[in-house]
Amino acid sequence: MAILINKSTRIIVQGFTGKIGSFHAQDMINYGSNVVGGVTPGKGGQQHLGKPVFNTVRQAVRDVGAEASIIFVPPASAADSIMEAADAGIRYCVAITDGIPTQDMMTVKNFLRGYCKEDRMMLTGPNCAGTISPGEAMLGIMPGHIYMRGNVGVVGRSGTLGYEAADQMKALGIGISTSVGIGGDPINGSSHRDVLERFEQDKDTKVVLMIGEIGGQQEIEAGIFAREHMSKPLVAYIAGLTAPQGRRMGHAGAIISSAGESAAEKVAMLRELGVTICPTPSAMGETVAKVLAGMN
Amino acid sequence: MDIHEYQAKEILAGYGVRIAEGGVAHSPEEAVQRAREIGGNIWVVKAQIHSGARGKAGGIKVCKTHQQVEDAADDLLGKILVTQQTGPAGKICARVYVEAGTDIAKEMYLCIVVDRSSERVVLVGSAQGGMEIEELAETDPDAIKKVYVEPAVGLRDFQARKMAFSLGVDDAHFNQAVKIIKGCYRALRDLDANMLEINPLVLTRGGELVALDAKMNFDTNAMFRRREISELRDTSQIDPREVAAADHDLNYIGLDGDIGCMINGAGLAMATMDMIKLAGGEPANFLDVGGGASAERTEKAFRLVLADKNVKAMLVNIFAGINRCDWIAEGVVHAARKIDMKVPLIVRLSGTNVEAGRRIIAESGLPIIVAETLADAAEKAVKARNEVVARENSTSQSRGNA
Repeated sequence: MAILINKSTRIIVQGFTGKIGSFHAQDMINYGSNVVGGVTPGKGGQQHLGKPVFNTVRQAVRDVGAEASIIFVPPASAADSIMEAADAGIRYCVAITDGIPTQDMMTVKNFLRGYCKEDRMMLTGPNCAGTISPGEAMLGIMPGHIYMRGNVGVVGRSGTLGYEAADQMKALGIGISTSVGIGGDPINGSSHRDVLERFEQDKDTKVVLMIGEIGGQQEIEAGIFAREHMSKPLVAYIAGLTAPQGRRMGHAGAIISSAGESAAEKVAMLRELGVTICPTPSAMGETVAKVLAGMN
Repeated sequence: MDIHEYQAKEILAGYGVRIAEGGVAHSPEEAVQRAREIGGNIWVVKAQIHSGARGKAGGIKVCKTHQQVEDAADDLLGKILVTQQTGPAGKICARVYVEAGTDIAKEMYLCIVVDRSSERVVLVGSAQGGMEIEELAETDPDAIKKVYVEPAVGLRDFQARKMAFSLGVDDAHFNQAVKIIKGCYRALRDLDANMLEINPLVLTRGGELVALDAKMNFDTNAMFRRREISELRDTSQIDPREVAAADHDLNYIGLDGDIGCMINGAGLAMATMDMIKLAGGEPANFLDVGGGASAERTEKAFRLVLADKNVKAMLVNIFAGINRCDWIAEGVVHAARKIDMKVPLIVRLSGTNVEAGRRIIAESGLPIIVAETLADAAEKAVKARNEVVARENSTSQSRGNA
């Protein structure tokens, strides 16, 4: 088992027939993900990559039982696509799109809060690499082959730094249950904490690695959650020790704007909360290995 | 994206916020002309730079004669102002704002901001204006009041009233305050601003509420639908290297160290910079080349990094996902050949087609230092940098002896 997606999860692609959507849809199919179709308004009824195209997400839910969706729609209309997915009854949505206006995301989150918790779609991203349950399914744009199946849950803001972690672990023979990218935007669908909640419930996840960065309070909230509610050890790395105050470091969310948002402050607070800190970004694999060894 | 005070004031005036009479000037003569148009016998000449804390840096001058206005403008124009917020490089003042002097009875603080943790717009206000809000948060946090706005509902009148009370406005000026607060909120929502700060908002002795300073910052992600705002971008206020990078759709931030970096992905870039620091070096820049690092893009990124004369070694760290290491290696070899590099180049490739990528680097015959892991890459970069510096020192010493 894994969290959020597995081999049988029925996946649709929003922005299916576009260049980027097509490329990654094919990649997901090749990985073994159960892609059951896609949505491009105005192209309903056609076939693309051997799968049906629908005009609306609702049709895809009705006709092929879509449960999860991945969004490759351009920034101007991506927020709308996310809300369409939620409205249609999609359970889990990954928004890959980079560059969605912050106020649009504020509207999306407000829209999602309108559902009671049981009916609310889970959203991760935007501006992320997606989610992968190695050996089961890939709902994202990552290189699937670098992930080995195993018992470590990974949650992180960054795509390539997540690859780095997967690669370090694989070199040590450590596999991953699910790796979830929550994205680099200031307002995102799910926080580190939201994903930790899922990992805590997953019986195949033994340890969780959180890859955080400067800006915002989400890593600290996650640390508090881990101390109060988690039985599984949490390991963390926080990127951005060298980041200057007030500058946006690539990710729109990676900006130190107030006290407690720098890497050094986050590391100190997480340590106090009992989180095991990776001393360097090249020690993510070893640190997880040590924690795993200590459990046996 | 930041804009100037005078631009923010023009915007806010359109939303019913009262501002003192004023005008922008690009020369001392023009400044005097503005003062004549405004009339009166007291003016304030304010440096227009993208930074707060201008007063302490000498960027705001109160003048009592036209001669003083001319002198103040002459002094400020073309000057590089270093404030607490600009960093040591400072910002150039290319225009000044000449404003009628305001007779202040009371100073207040008002800020409206998109708050990432509550995912709402929040109004922040205080009856104590004029000082930096960070300072106030430390010395007297209870003096700061907040009002959270539900996105679907918008700012309600009762909330605007609550904020007006928090500002300590008396009954006679209450309606004026509510109007200003609502106007500011609309400006933020309508124009995709991240932040709007009026510090101070003042009550004049004449009984008017006036925005004495105004700062606005906009969401760059939303500029595609705010053409009129994106036109206000002033490249003179941004590091020229960052302007050049943005033109090529690269994400670059200049720093003070001497190890140049080219990395794909913002998180990996930050982690690599951390690793350089842990290995005893200092990064010269942050540069995320993104997912599709073509040969052309790679060359542009190289030129950008090497344009910084402080760079003593360059580190390339690419984790190829959608990309392929062999394509990147070809791009790196091409760029290194074309540019005729004078500093050592350290390359670490990982991910898709890594073997093929390393082979291309090895067979190129170029003196590229290949690294296996992130730690290895940072250590080799610092070592190469130290060797360059040692060599430079011994050359300059022997020159000194001769």
